[in-house]
Amino acid sequence: MRTRPEEDGLHPAGESGPRLSWHRPSEGVLTLVLAGRWCLDETLPARNAAERDIPAVPGRLTFDTAALADWDSGLLTFLAGLLKTCAARGVAVDPSGLPEGVRRLLAMAAAVPEQKVPPRNAAARTSLVSRIGAATLVLARGAPAMLRFLGEIVLSFLRLFSGRARFRMSDLWLEMEQVGPRALPIVSVISFLVGLILAYLGADQLKLVGAQIFIADLVAIGMVREVGALMTGIIIAGRTGAAFAAQLGTMQVNEEIDAFRTLGIPPVDFLVLPRMLALMLMVPLLTLYAGFVGMFAGLVVSVTIFDISLFEYYNETLRALELKHFWVGLSKGTVYGAMVAFAGCLRGMQCGRSAEAVGEAATSAVVTGILLITVAASVMTIVYYQLDI
Amino acid sequence: MAGRAHIEVGNLSMAYGKFLVQRDLNFAVSKGDVFVIMGGNGCGKTTLMRALIGLQRPAAGTVRYDGEDFWGAAEEDRARMKRRLGILFQGGALWSSLTLAENVALPLAEYTGLPPARVAEIVSFKLALVGLAGFEDFYPSELSGGMKKRAGLARAMALDPDILIVDEPSSGLDPLTARRLDDLILELRESLGTTIIVISHDLASILAIGSDSIYLDADTHTMIATGNPREALTHGDPKVRHFLTRGSE
Repeated sequence: MRTRPEEDGLHPAGESGPRLSWHRPSEGVLTLVLAGRWCLDETLPARNAAERDIPAVPGRLTFDTAALADWDSGLLTFLAGLLKTCAARGVAVDPSGLPEGVRRLLAMAAAVPEQKVPPRNAAARTSLVSRIGAATLVLARGAPAMLRFLGEIVLSFLRLFSGRARFRMSDLWLEMEQVGPRALPIVSVISFLVGLILAYLGADQLKLVGAQIFIADLVAIGMVREVGALMTGIIIAGRTGAAFAAQLGTMQVNEEIDAFRTLGIPPVDFLVLPRMLALMLMVPLLTLYAGFVGMFAGLVVSVTIFDISLFEYYNETLRALELKHFWVGLSKGTVYGAMVAFAGCLRGMQCGRSAEAVGEAATSAVVTGILLITVAASVMTIVYYQLDI
Repeated sequence: MAGRAHIEVGNLSMAYGKFLVQRDLNFAVSKGDVFVIMGGNGCGKTTLMRALIGLQRPAAGTVRYDGEDFWGAAEEDRARMKRRLGILFQGGALWSSLTLAENVALPLAEYTGLPPARVAEIVSFKLALVGLAGFEDFYPSELSGGMKKRAGLARAMALDPDILIVDEPSSGLDPLTARRLDDLILELRESLGTTIIVISHDLASILAIGSDSIYLDADTHTMIATGNPREALTHGDPKVRHFLTRGSE
């Protein structure tokens, strides 16, 4: 049902198409004669052209539809507009000449008066300064909510340690499986490639002083201490943080979280705690795994490209690595896991009640997660440096 | 309102994998009918609706619209037939990222090629028809359940469909709102001659608006009764009477 563009005129082309004419049977009475097919797939007459003939003085408008062949919303919208114009000009309308269906539908459309609602796009017209102010206020108002959520999580952990937290162990195992073993393929690929990049980067610089054997030191310390945890954190933020926000957001939409609250079960215990625990337990392990995969990539590059023997690389790696590097990597992994879980659960619990809000929550969870990881990484690096760890 | 068969369903069977939902469904819907598909929870009413509107291919059998085989047709012919259907989903299924006006305008913009000003006029008229004039710029999340259903009806009616398929119109609505929605559907049938298929287990609604019906039985996995639901209430199959009298017979 494709329609030709509307023409501006009273008598569009076509014998069976819609036609209208005016007739004055008596003084003060104007009859609108409608004929042909008044359907959306026809070129309908423009209403403003027809309205020119409606008298500006009080009178009566009647209809003659004897030659009307067919009609649909095209006629209805035409007449609805015409009736509004008549009402504005004080012209009385006698609809008795219209088909019964048209009369009934026009009456239905007029039965409920139009709601007067404030304009919805008022925000779009505000100045840049107002918008910056509004955005700042939103951020400022968001901070207490974040702190409140953090407080709820701390209380939930206290309940966990005192054995009073209510959640199902099966949920914890399920979350651990989701965030741990199922993330291994992507962590493997990214870590291998990052290890490879680190090896090439080191080789390029160390070649200048003939110390390419120190590729092993660079890759081992870099991967175990910093990069393994950072890359794992970012992968988990995109993979798991977004999933947490979407899951909890959908539960918010379906009123499942309200159901927990009405039953007196803290949703933070039941939903957030297992997710926090799962990430805090699994991300350090993934970080450790990422470190080993990165070191393996460094070894492959060093042995095959830069002619370092397997034994030399192995020995140099053992010499470079100290237990404290593992502790640093593991501690960072734990913190990043907590950050991602916090961001994902926070955005999910704050989610609105629509599909769009769930999408926004997932996006926001990833952005917040990566931001928190970056801030935490900077703070921890400075602190560990100052403490000489 | 009897007329020639508008929709014909022949030996239709629906299944999820090996799980048979309904088998050997045979019925015809005449033009201008309000045809009710009734039955208890889990009997396959919504699955039948999905087969009628092209969302789920039946395991066997045919669905014909004015004699044209729906599932046997090529994809583009099926798409053309689908445009004759207006569908009101159970929860309204409004697109949450679009305003009400955009929800109703989308099918018009997609399939009619009308200029935007004419589309806007039609949208306002359709929303006025369902009592939502002035709510054009509202998002679905800002509406009550009843308003969402009415907005969904406005969208279903956007393209002036020959056939309107309504899934559980009364669910989640208070009796007065449900009654108003029933009246609205009937008024559209009276005014436009639209054929209406209603999937329902709401007794008041079934008896108030149905001119013809089938009853799907979850135990035997097939239809066990056809005809006017008011007649079924007095003379029908005992199982249907049991259903229509809330188990008091």
